Amino acid sequence: MSTVLVILEAKSGSPSRISLEALAAGAALATATGAQLAAAMVGPAAAMDSLGSLSAAIAIEHPLLDRYTADGYTAACAQLIARLQPDYVLFPHTYQVRDFAPRLATRLGRVLLSDVTAFSLDGNTVTFTRQLFQGKLNGHYHAAAPAPCLVSIQAGAFHAAPSAPTSIPVESFAPALEPSAIRTQPGEPFRAATQTVDLSSAPLIVSVGRGIKDEANIALVQELAQALGAELAASRPICDAGWLPMERQVGSSGQTVAPKLYLAVGISGAIQHLVGMKGSQCVVAINKDENAPIFEIADYGIVGDLFEVVPALTTAIRKAKG
Amino acid sequence: MKIIVAIKQVPERDARIRIDSSGRWIALDDIEFRMNESDAYALEEALLLKEAHGGEVIVLSAGPERVGQTIREALAKGADRGIHIASDSLASLDALGVARLMAAAIADEHADLILTGLQSDDLGLGQTGVILAELLGIPHSSLILKIEKTDSGLRLLRELEDGWFQHISLPTPALLTIQSGNTKLRYATLMGIKKAKTKELRTVDAASLGIDAQPGLLLDAVALPSRQKTTQMLPGTPAEAAAALVAKLQQEVRVL
Repeated sequence: MSTVLVILEAKSGSPSRISLEALAAGAALATATGAQLAAAMVGPAAAMDSLGSLSAAIAIEHPLLDRYTADGYTAACAQLIARLQPDYVLFPHTYQVRDFAPRLATRLGRVLLSDVTAFSLDGNTVTFTRQLFQGKLNGHYHAAAPAPCLVSIQAGAFHAAPSAPTSIPVESFAPALEPSAIRTQPGEPFRAATQTVDLSSAPLIVSVGRGIKDEANIALVQELAQALGAELAASRPICDAGWLPMERQVGSSGQTVAPKLYLAVGISGAIQHLVGMKGSQCVVAINKDENAPIFEIADYGIVGDLFEVVPALTTAIRKAKG
Repeated sequence: MKIIVAIKQVPERDARIRIDSSGRWIALDDIEFRMNESDAYALEEALLLKEAHGGEVIVLSAGPERVGQTIREALAKGADRGIHIASDSLASLDALGVARLMAAAIADEHADLILTGLQSDDLGLGQTGVILAELLGIPHSSLILKIEKTDSGLRLLRELEDGWFQHISLPTPALLTIQSGNTKLRYATLMGIKKAKTKELRTVDAASLGIDAQPGLLLDAVALPSRQKTTQMLPGTPAEAAAALVAKLQQEVRVL
């Protein structure tokens, strides 16, 4: 029987939420292809006790894996794959997976199908969907190489199953690793500075993106935020350019927010931004490009020149507030 | 330090996306091209390292003839020479195929450091650099913000998720993929643009590199995404749209 293997990522000792989403994707793929579902994770067996129905649950354990390195994880996963001979290997599409999974795939003579959002079965061929051009286009791919097919799953693309006791005892797998094979020395993770702006509790957020074009124009959205009584946030390029401080960045490398209102001004809606704000109760988007991906998740949209729409909106809000 | 920077030429960010008649890619006529954003940051880091420690910066890019413009742009910013892997059919390769071409084209360079952006703005696979490191048998690290040269190699600042960072040390030769935003990008000076015309730009025919072109992954079709939510579009003049939105914010969203 063929196997779908999902390699989970631990966060604070247990499988991360996005790992459980990848596991759900793996379960759906196993059902569709008539395969069995196996899960593995670097960490202690006890951390894998709530993964539901599996054909194998494997705790990858080795002192050299205590701290993540691409060399260590690549070697360990390559050995596990050699042992299990899965048809598919799924990962959550995290920064860590982006760091080592392409290397692992190359070692196996394969290419990782990264950041996948969906799959469908067409006869015997599985078609995987991933986004192109920052989410403006979907690409449909299939693997032409023999198994294993390596796939990473985008955050939020699948719903994690409710937690249930793991159906079988967790096995331990100890890969053969030599200290000399690990060439990088990772330091302890740290946060840059204490954050003075906590966007995660803000009920109203006005967020600005690349469409604002110039630092001098930031004042426009500042006035809008002020009129609305909202916190000002931004997408990555704005903070990269130094137009707003890094602590106001929303997205995968910044803060995750879920306000009552998220008003996106000149933000196209690349996935790195969307993962940080798609939990918002109401999303309003102002963008000149009617095909901007932000409109896919917006409740209200205004297609137009933000340099005309934003001042008009500021005036209208001030008027409404008296 | 001898540094190779791998850069990609991609469609302009604001380019209008239209699917071509094959249904497998976008129509490229009328499209402007530019240097992939995170690759531009990789180039900047390379130029900063060269300014601090001396050495040579070599720009590497693959693609059709138009890619030469992007290489010249990098030369104008201060890179010393360029290597252009000329191919009109890169799209028929997967990321492993492209990385194999690159590995073959730079095999004789024996660079101390290879830099590239963390992902391309068009395909967004985010893999070519990491694959290249494995093909060359050298260590890598990804999502790098800062590079510091030390006696034994490099000390790096790496971005993690949710506002976390870590330092990483590794020996050279190594490959790093660069995250955008650590530095301001320089502009090419007039003098730089003039000088770039005289700098070496070596063209290597992709076919001469002897790479098996059988891709393991095939892009069968592209499609415009379907909407997940029904977006209520508010039409009219800016003032009309603003008034309609204020009404929604008062009555439906109830935040005013």
